[in-house]
Amino acid sequence: MRLALILGAALLPLSLASVMIGAASVDWANIASDPQAFLIVTVSRVPRTVAVILTGAALAVAGVVMQQIVRNRFVEPGTVGTAEGAALGLLAVTVLAPGAPIWAKMLVASLGALAATAIFLALIRRLPPREVLLVPLVGLVLAGVLQAGVTFIGWQTDLLQYVGIWLMTGEFSGVIAGRYELLWIAAAAAALAWSAADQFAILGLGREAATGLGLNHEGVMRLGLVVVSVVTAMVVVSVGMVPFVGLVVPNIVARVMGDNLRASLPVVATGGAALVLACDLLARLVRYPYEVPVGTVLGILGSVLFLWLLHRAPARG
Amino acid sequence: MDRRLAVIALVLLAASATYLLWGIGANWRFVLGLRASKLAGMLVVGASIAVATILFQTVSQNRILTPAIMGFDALYVLLQTALVAGLGVTGFAMLPVGAKFAAEVAVMAVAAMALFGLLLGRGAQDIARMILTGVILGILFRSLAGFLARVMDPNAFAIVQTESFASFSRIDGALLPWAAGAAVLAMLAAFRLCSRLDVIALGRPVAVSLGLRYEAMTFAALALVAVLVSVSTALVGPVTFFGLIVSGLAHSLIASARHALLLPAAALIGGAILVIGQLVFERVLGMQSALSVVVEFTGGLFFLWLLLKGRIR
Repeated sequence: MRLALILGAALLPLSLASVMIGAASVDWANIASDPQAFLIVTVSRVPRTVAVILTGAALAVAGVVMQQIVRNRFVEPGTVGTAEGAALGLLAVTVLAPGAPIWAKMLVASLGALAATAIFLALIRRLPPREVLLVPLVGLVLAGVLQAGVTFIGWQTDLLQYVGIWLMTGEFSGVIAGRYELLWIAAAAAALAWSAADQFAILGLGREAATGLGLNHEGVMRLGLVVVSVVTAMVVVSVGMVPFVGLVVPNIVARVMGDNLRASLPVVATGGAALVLACDLLARLVRYPYEVPVGTVLGILGSVLFLWLLHRAPARG
Repeated sequence: MDRRLAVIALVLLAASATYLLWGIGANWRFVLGLRASKLAGMLVVGASIAVATILFQTVSQNRILTPAIMGFDALYVLLQTALVAGLGVTGFAMLPVGAKFAAEVAVMAVAAMALFGLLLGRGAQDIARMILTGVILGILFRSLAGFLARVMDPNAFAIVQTESFASFSRIDGALLPWAAGAAVLAMLAAFRLCSRLDVIALGRPVAVSLGLRYEAMTFAALALVAVLVSVSTALVGPVTFFGLIVSGLAHSLIASARHALLLPAAALIGGAILVIGQLVFERVLGMQSALSVVVEFTGGLFFLWLLLKGRIR
């Protein structure tokens, strides 16, 4: 439980710092009498902080669910094509029906994410058994192929800038009140995953063992797919791709706490929130008052941590 | 000369002639000059990627790897970004093209030898882990380049943004002679090493017992790969899966492990695919920059197919 305490204790000052730091200066002593400062805090700072926390927590939980579905520690929605699938869906609906309401865009993005994940699962079923590290490799290449599709469509429809700046590198600088609420749906999906934590833990034992223990294997699998797709799609639609959170956080937590998901999922969620929050703060401070996208910061930190996990952990499923 | 090589060379020749002469109008002097420089660029790039891929596959004893999959291209983009960051945009633009390119290639060769020599040496037992490490290193290099670009200057970011997106129709005329020179030298060197590369392909134990200085040869080959990748990335930007298609075609057309045949065949095929592809996309379909995306797409699918077939060893 020590890890949970440390992460929980880290989250509070990080959130406070996130509310305090930004390009505009806020006079905290007279916040109540200064409508401008009040507006900045309530419309920009607090929503941004909430958005970051929701994103980090939901993505980390989605990573765990993905790892249980695939039974492989080195996958997450961002490295197997799920995020690219969501981007493809969003791009398709943007091009074909620009006037579609936001819930329609959301739905199509989720369906795209679902389809991409299903393709990935179908692919890895055909892999030679026992090749544990081929699974993430297939995922990365599938993501690359889907990304080529996204780039192509973006190029043909003059949306390349939209694709490159918004979809491919996640950032929170565009978050204001009214433009991040979709992330609550991601958080709800993550909470749903927690309520089924025991089922997911059993799912990770494999089809035979899970069925032997009386689990509805197909049903839980489907639930997991929906959770992963919805979380990914909501994050991509609201802030863009945020890589590696779902991979490094669950792995590090599992190192300390093991695989009792009912106990570890809240810790994973807290850890994800703390990681993304810390990276977002770094991204805001490194070239203050300008910002670097948090996706770029996480790309560096996450790939370093991934390499460390890859070369330190014994290869296992 | 081998008959298969002759056929491939003829195809390349026909494609090049079509590319140069198709629909040439009254303004033929100007059009011909423009097309000739584009054609030369594509041939240099195609051949460089092809030879680099074959060399890398021989050294790593693996038919599904390409230098780009292992992060070579990303390393070059990162070096270039670091150079822009170090010198500033104006300083970068003021350097003479040739000197800049030579310095980049030299740094790239050293970095590639250190990094990938280590990786190949350690990764011999666990190939999947080695490939995954390379792919993640690529992501790391790209993120670092993106980060550097954002931190330094918006103008610099624009430079890096174009560098990190491949396009075969955007070949820098000033750089071309230097890049072509470096590519030709590296390819000649590779060709001279042909018989030794054949021995390396037999694996370390056999090669050592046949009296080859295995480590020295590996490093030499990696240095050549670094030079060739620098050439292609400097000219068109990072291209991940093109080499895979070319080496797959070269192996199946030549059906021989002799590098004296493989290397020229791959070089010719690389050039031919680019010229034919650009011909189709630029002239027939009227899409200037689609070729690189289509190549990535097909190459990625081919790579997935190879993985699923279990061709990893």
